[in-house]
Amino acid sequence: MMRITVKLYASFRDGRFMEEDQEHPDGITLRQVVAHVGIGDGELGMSLVNGCHATMDKPLSDGDCIFLFPMLSGG
Amino acid sequence: MDKIVRVNMSDLTTSIEVVPPEWAGLGGRALTSTIVAGEVVPTCHPLGENNKLVFAPGLLSGTAAANTGRFSAGAKSPLTGTIKESNAGGLAAQMFARLGIKALIIEGLPKEDKWYSLHVNQDGVSIAEETELIGKGNFAVVETLEQRLGKKVGILTIGPAGEMRMLSANISVKDSDSRLRSHGRGGLGAVMGSKRIKFISIDDHDAPGVKLVDPDKFKAAARTLAKAILDHPGTGQGLPTFGTAEMVNIINAAGSLPTRNFTYGQFEGHEDLSGETMREIIIARGGKPKHGCQPGCIIQCSQVYTDEDGTYVTSGFEYETIETMGANACVGNLDLVARADYIMDDIGVDSIETSVTFGVAMEAGVLPFGDGREVLRILKDEIGTGTPLGRILGSGAGNVGKIYGVTRVPVVKNQAIPAYDPRAIKGIGITYATSPMGADHTAGYTIGHNLMGCGGRIIDPLKKDEQVWLSRHLQTGQISIDSVGLCHFVGFPMEDNPEFVPALIDLLNARFGFDLTPAWIGDIGVAILKTERAFNIGAGFTNKHDRLPEFFREPMLPHNAVWDFTDEEIDEFWNF
Repeated sequence: MMRITVKLYASFRDGRFMEEDQEHPDGITLRQVVAHVGIGDGELGMSLVNGCHATMDKPLSDGDCIFLFPMLSGG
Repeated sequence: MDKIVRVNMSDLTTSIEVVPPEWAGLGGRALTSTIVAGEVVPTCHPLGENNKLVFAPGLLSGTAAANTGRFSAGAKSPLTGTIKESNAGGLAAQMFARLGIKALIIEGLPKEDKWYSLHVNQDGVSIAEETELIGKGNFAVVETLEQRLGKKVGILTIGPAGEMRMLSANISVKDSDSRLRSHGRGGLGAVMGSKRIKFISIDDHDAPGVKLVDPDKFKAAARTLAKAILDHPGTGQGLPTFGTAEMVNIINAAGSLPTRNFTYGQFEGHEDLSGETMREIIIARGGKPKHGCQPGCIIQCSQVYTDEDGTYVTSGFEYETIETMGANACVGNLDLVARADYIMDDIGVDSIETSVTFGVAMEAGVLPFGDGREVLRILKDEIGTGTPLGRILGSGAGNVGKIYGVTRVPVVKNQAIPAYDPRAIKGIGITYATSPMGADHTAGYTIGHNLMGCGGRIIDPLKKDEQVWLSRHLQTGQISIDSVGLCHFVGFPMEDNPEFVPALIDLLNARFGFDLTPAWIGDIGVAILKTERAFNIGAGFTNKHDRLPEFFREPMLPHNAVWDFTDEEIDEFWNF
């Protein structure tokens, strides 16, 4: 098992959480964690793994921190 | 019949002119830049008699099409020495359009040591001497003029900073709640102050209104455009919910949040400054989390921010102000930043230029990083009254850096770089470097493409690939948006919804009887960008001015990102 920190932002926090440490099986991908949190692919604006853009198929490692944002239009 | 209204402050005369055929298809930025480039000697002193201050509503302003009420102000900028267009919401664009005024051109300088006001109405424009409001803040100007001229009066005004011709002075526009929106960037308030005009009042009573050539076609296209804006998650959900402060957390996560005068890319207290926190505070205190900067706005990214007692503090409380004062100057407290925002609006200074200036002044040791209460005091007692320190700080980040011998000075063409560090989001760095306006995020906002896949895919923010193309694509597109009078944020549905551009072209054709095709978007962008650059070349600018400050070559945490574009790579921008 791996420990993954998931941070949510903007409307993704509604009914969920701001930050959560989660246990996941080895080899889990970013896409699977996003689905586990209950966020659809189409809702996702930006996903970062340890501060860098990552593909949805990226296998995660123990201790990774992922950031999930909906599409935001800017300032 | 649309007209051009001209004011000559040298002999205090006014005139009304027929719109020349070559200006008929222009509005907003396209028109102000065409007039400034055509009528202003590029080498003139920006505060001298040969500069002109031009105001123009967008092509679709005054119509029922959503979000088309942006107003453009143009001149040679005293801050940058370049051509300048700065646009704002408020009531003015729609009032001008309903009055059939395509542009107001103010030229010359008064000979006597007096202050004046202009009044715009159905008959054109008139000049009057003003005494009562000289030295007053912008909120007092609005309050007094509503008593003098009625609640519905439209207002453009400068605060004490504009009267003192400070290079960070802005021009404020009254909105529908009698609050202020700002032509913030480039010191255009100093140009208005040089012409000794304290305010311009607007009365659109009995205005002829906007006539549509094809009302049915217009209505259908307006519906499509509005639907595209509301259907996009950015403009339909994110902005109305969290305001532009939604960007604090995402830019921090991307490691591009300027912190401690552009030393770091992340700020420990980012959550306290975020749109998520702002929304909670506003709702808890009974403020308004949603608010439009212009009538007809369906995005509603503005808000009314109150103190703990529910008393108004500020509105139009934008990400760039919150970031540059909150994280870059390390003030870290939304209430203090909100109070600073109010004072900046009242004394009439650009909240981006001024907040970045504080970051440089803090590095210089003028005040400690994070000392929000001293920021408030300096704004009010030094900048607002024009003490020697106030005049130094009111002259912008570039000048403060020179005066105090600071080398970490985030400016391009002497205009402060706003709230995105270009090392970690490289597309916006190309925009800062190449925009004829100086450093301006709105000139070609690459953040959506670099971070969130706006336009269909992410263009890696940490790599150089495609950034020059991206910035050029967005800079030309933005010119079309600024010329139509549309809000900056429609750039997102414009990129992502294929129905947007055809609807926009239909609106223009149905409004004017034009025969435009979607190619107009790119064509007007290219033409105006080249016009603006030609003015700058005439003013003495070269490709060597299209550069970011040297300190951006130093690595920045968390990515150890550096600005690594070569001169040749940047200059490729203009190869079109």
